[in-house]
Amino acid sequence: MTFLPYVAASYALGVIVPGGFALAAWRRMRAATRKLAAIDPRRARRASEKTS
Amino acid sequence: MIVDATASLAPPRRNLHRFANPGRFLRLAGAVLPWLTAGALILTAIGLVWGLFFSPADWQQGDAVRIMYVHVPAAWLASAGYAALAACSVASLVWRHPLADLAAQEIGPVGAAFAALCLITGSLWGKPMWGAWWVWDARLTSVLVLFFLYLGHITLIRAFDNPERGYRAGAILALIGVVDLPIIKFSVDWWNTLHQGNTISLTGAPHMYISMLWPLLFSTLGFTLAFAAIVTARLRAAVMERRIRALLMARAQHAGAEEWGPA
Repeated sequence: MTFLPYVAASYALGVIVPGGFALAAWRRMRAATRKLAAIDPRRARRASEKTS
Repeated sequence: MIVDATASLAPPRRNLHRFANPGRFLRLAGAVLPWLTAGALILTAIGLVWGLFFSPADWQQGDAVRIMYVHVPAAWLASAGYAALAACSVASLVWRHPLADLAAQEIGPVGAAFAALCLITGSLWGKPMWGAWWVWDARLTSVLVLFFLYLGHITLIRAFDNPERGYRAGAILALIGVVDLPIIKFSVDWWNTLHQGNTISLTGAPHMYISMLWPLLFSTLGFTLAFAAIVTARLRAAVMERRIRALLMARAQHAGAEEWGPA
């Protein structure tokens, strides 16, 4: 393949940049979900209704 | 027959603010997000693998043309993301849509990342083809301006103690910056540029082999779904974080009132 380093660098960035953002967004969402579940009385009530 | 004069006005308002309810938005986003993510992964993988291994090399550019399968989607999303940012700004300034400010805040960094990806992959394509990492060409310069507009928006909305003022200033900047989008689009027609002209248009036949066009379409659609999935996930997290802040503040106020007792 001609110009391999340029092509490889482009594809690597094309995977790493959106992948990094997706991973960060997913972690942020999970952290927010956990924290909200711990302090939100409505969610806690819903969770206890499910278990009972 | 009695006609309710307000009935004709009610539906547009209800539709406009239909997804403004954070609970409803969280439910809807939670249902849509897995589909967006799956679609993004499948289509992007097909587009990139097809473009890298199975599409033909260009007779003039050789394999460097394969950079197109990353560069073109990034360029499209840098512009489309900014258009979405401007649409959110209109919704915020005109209709005071409660989620529009948060959406604009979450689109900004993702759009900036895609604009940077477009500039860097363009540079990686330019070096072997033009012999230079950068030229002050109209297309390149206008995309660089778009990147700076994104950075300005990100900075501006965080520059005020009062978030509402930050959102408003960011919205105004976003609307002013919209003028850059047609400049990017038509720069290759209005000026003599080193950057090639448009190869795909809505009105004419593409100036590209169909064996290159298909992987490009897959890759573009895949990256678009990825952009949508990332923004939806960030917005979902932002809505939850706002609720967490509100609950903690309410708790603190309640605790303070109990501690001091009635005056």
